[in-house]
Formats: sequence, C-alpha cells, structure tokens
Amino acid sequence: MFRKLHDPGASAVTIHIDGRPVAAEAGESLAAVLLRQPEGWSRTTPVLESPRAPYCMMGVCFECLVEVEGLGEVQGCLTPVRDGMNVTRQQGRRRLSA
Amino acid sequence: MSADYSDILIVGAGPAGMAAAVTARKHGLTVRVVDDQPAPGGQIWRDVETVAATPRLARLGEAYRAGVDRAAAFRACGAIYEPQSQLWQIEPGFRAFLTRDGQARSVTAAAIILATGAQERPVPFPGWTLPGVLTVGAAQILLKSVDSVPDKPVWIAGSGPLPLLYMTQLLAAGGRIAGFLDTTPRGRLPVAARHLPAGLSRLGDLAKGLGWSLALKRAGFPIIRHVAELRAEGEGRLQRLRYCTEDGREGTAEAEVLLVHEGVVPNIHAPLALGCGVTWNAAQHCYVPELDVWGETTQASVFVAGDGAGIGGAEAAEPRGRLAALRVAARLGKLSEAAANEAARKERGALSHALALRPFLDTLYAPRPQVFAPADETLVCRCEEVTAGDIRARAVQGRPGPNQLKAFTRAGMGPCQGRQCGYTMAHIVAAAQGRPVAEVGFYRIRPPLKPVTLGELASLDEQAPAA
Repeated sequence: MFRKLHDPGASAVTIHIDGRPVAAEAGESLAAVLLRQPEGWSRTTPVLESPRAPYCMMGVCFECLVEVEGLGEVQGCLTPVRDGMNVTRQQGRRRLSA
Repeated sequence: MSADYSDILIVGAGPAGMAAAVTARKHGLTVRVVDDQPAPGGQIWRDVETVAATPRLARLGEAYRAGVDRAAAFRACGAIYEPQSQLWQIEPGFRAFLTRDGQARSVTAAAIILATGAQERPVPFPGWTLPGVLTVGAAQILLKSVDSVPDKPVWIAGSGPLPLLYMTQLLAAGGRIAGFLDTTPRGRLPVAARHLPAGLSRLGDLAKGLGWSLALKRAGFPIIRHVAELRAEGEGRLQRLRYCTEDGREGTAEAEVLLVHEGVVPNIHAPLALGCGVTWNAAQHCYVPELDVWGETTQASVFVAGDGAGIGGAEAAEPRGRLAALRVAARLGKLSEAAANEAARKERGALSHALALRPFLDTLYAPRPQVFAPADETLVCRCEEVTAGDIRARAVQGRPGPNQLKAFTRAGMGPCQGRQCGYTMAHIVAAAQGRPVAEVGFYRIRPPLKPVTLGELASLDEQAPAA
C-alpha cells in the first residue's frame, strides 16, 4: 500500500515476517514495514478473523498488534525494527497449544 | 534521595512535555520524562532529530523544522529521558508504573504532568476496518518519520487543517492524490467567520491555510465538497470507496488507500484513570480535563498540559507545559509565588495568542453529524467487533450507560480500551435515549492504561511495598 521514497543505504536491514525475508531500514517502525508488504493485512482479529492493518500509527488503535520473537505481542507502530527481527502475524484467536 | 525519585514525572515528550521539562530544569527541579516513542518530538515533530539530517526536512515545512531546536534544548536540559516506555498506572503519592523492553518497574515523583497529547477522532463508517483505510495522521507520520507515501494515487476524506497540510506535503514529496472528499458541511464558513475578528492576530495562519487550499485546487485532482457519507468496500482489503454528498450525489471510485480525518481529541485515558474531573467541551465535541489557570487537575499535583488539556496545537502546548512547571517549582520552593506569577503572565499571553484562531477553526471544522451516527452495520468497537446496530438495540432496553453497554456487548473491552469507540458509544446512547451526550458520560477507565503481560508484572520484583 505504501512505498519508501529513499534507499536506506547503509541503514538497510533484513527482518523476517512469517519466515519470509523483508527489507527494512534500521529504526523505522515495524508497522511501517508491514504497510509495505503486498498482502496488505497484518493480523486477523480474534473475534471474526477479519483482516486488519495499521490504522493510526500513534499507539491508540492497537490494529498493528504483532508477534515479535523475544518481545511477545507488541504494537508494531511503537516497535523499531532491528536486523534479524523475527515477526509473526497473528491469525485469529490465541490457542492454548500451538 | 532514591534513584527512582524525581520532583516531576512528565508523561509525553511532545511540545508540552519538552517545554515543561526545560522550564522545570531551569528552576532546579529534578525531572523524569517518559514517552512511548523512540525519540522526542511527539506527533507533530515526530522523528525530527533523524529527519533533520535529511533533505526531507525542507519539504515538511517551517512548523516541523521548529522541532529541531526544541528537541535539542530538551536533550540538553538535564531531565532523565526514558523513550519507548509505556506508562500503565499511576498511584497516589505518586508512584508510576512503566514498561520498557518488556521490563516493568515503578518510579516516584512529587508531581505529575500529563502531556499525552491528542489522538485523531475516530471516524466510523461501513468498511473503516479494512486494510487500506488509515487516518490522515497515520499517513503523515509515515511521510515524516519513514519517508513513505501511498503507492498508488490516494483518496483522502475529511475536514480540517491536517488533510490540507498532508496533501501539500505529499505533493511536495512526489506523492499522488486521486481525489479529496471534503466532508466539511455546507454553510460553515459564514458561521465560523463571526469568530474571525478575535483571530485577526493570526492572519499568518489564515494565509497559510488559504495558500494550501489554492495550491491544492491548482494541482488538478478532483475535489468533491460536502461529502456526508462514506463506505469502504473490498475483499480482505480496500478496493473501492463509495460516497454520498449532502445533496444526494453519489460516487464510486477504485481505491487501495483511503485516508480519513475529522479532527483530533485530547487523550483523556490517563487523567480519567487518575480520577481527574473532566467536562464536556461542546465547541470541540470531546471531554477535556477540568483545569485551573496553571493546568492543575481536580487531583492535587496532577497537571495536564498540551493538546490533552484541550486542542490548541503545538504553539499552545508549550506555554501550557511551562505554566505547569512553574507552578510545581513554586510549590516545591524553587521559585517565589511572585516570580512564578510574573513568569506565568508571559506564558498566558502566549497561550491566548496561540488560541486566538481556535473558535474559528472549531466552528469551521466541527465534525459532520454523521460521524456520531453511523449506520447500523458499522463496526463501532473495532477490537471486539460490535456494530452500531448492536449498541442501538441494547441502548433502549432500560437506560444503560456506556459502562453497562460495555458489559453487555464487550464494546470497549478490547486492547484499545475504548480509545476508538468511546465517543461513538456515548453519542449512540445519547441519541437512542434522547439525552445530551454530556450527560451520558464515558467509559470508566481503569489501569493498566496499556496492556501488560504477566511476565512484565512479575518483572516488577518490588523489594518494598509502595509507600
């Protein structure tokens, strides 16, 4: 949905979203990276499993909730990306066993 | 003195929080500033330190550039600054609980300044939860902080200065606009113009706004006036939008991204959780904390400064932040009452100058009535997926308020804790029960203010009980 206007150059990093390598810029918000992915959606809701994507980018809507390895569930718009970050989109409601 | 103590705890590092910190430090107070962003600036000066080193500083405009010096002054002021910290509870006395990097801890302070700013007013309409529908503020943050623009020509729907500013910035950055659905109702200008004489001291702002409008007209994209109803449609993401104007003209357009904006409202969750009194501000269609002339709430030593005190913009936020800091400095004996009053006179002058155009803007850009009366099928609570129809049906069974309806329907119970549905709930209840919205009230806000994991709670590992 969105595209970046500049080449990150030396700040370029790679993160993994659902196991797929994705280019990003160090320090940019994870939600911004999610909005550049072709799928569009970044989670499905626990109630009706409807697709959602970042909406407010300022920490108040919680639509960008996403799973980050080592951090658990975080708001993507408040989480700067780091090289090698492993990110999983949440799908539907939580289950007790994986 | 314990290492976790500071004279003032400031929540938020935007214009108000930074100004409060600088002033408080100047008068010898110890200051801690916690903020959920990774860098100072708040939303208006988001990532300004990083952007300052890039060519995009120039195209974001003068008002944004002003943040460079403010952030530098704040960095140099000697306040303890804790970025990326989520505040989730403040106990009387004061002990505040925050989480940073998955680690929770508590800090203490003699006074609290809540400088938590504003959020965009939620604009519910059918399809507003589809991926591809975002707020104009969200898109502006993407432009400012990560230099991103919508991939395809973007549709923008809304009212207020922000859409005009964003569209101007977007075009300057090389972005493309498919069309602007101006939702400002017909006949607003003559009514708003009555407030112009009081705002004449701010002719520069008026000229700036007019300049944006003229430049956007010249840019050649369609501008559709008096749009009253919106609908977003698509399979799993936004593919098409529909609109209807006040006089019944309908339109459809293919769209990948639709940005919406109907003004901003103060973030009141923290003051509400602290038991601070709030009043309904009819001009701004939102609750604002009850404040004295220093910004102190009905809870002693809890202050609110910045847009959280009522929408006024960055220029009003700074004097408000300084006023609160002056009051605390005087109370803690760092400054005489007379000196505080003298310094406050200048700040109040600056504040009233900054607010001079507000009545005009508030009247011109008051949200269209449809924002508060969404169609039955519209999701009101995005988190728990509760529709306007669900709430309307329940609202007439007895005379429930927002808190009872929350228990009945789960609206307001999700992770955003009512930040996106609170006002819509209040208006639907008011309309269904024939009561004024101010009488209906708001959700009761309880800690934690942000979701906290059991792991974070366990990480508190407190040695001593809270005093």
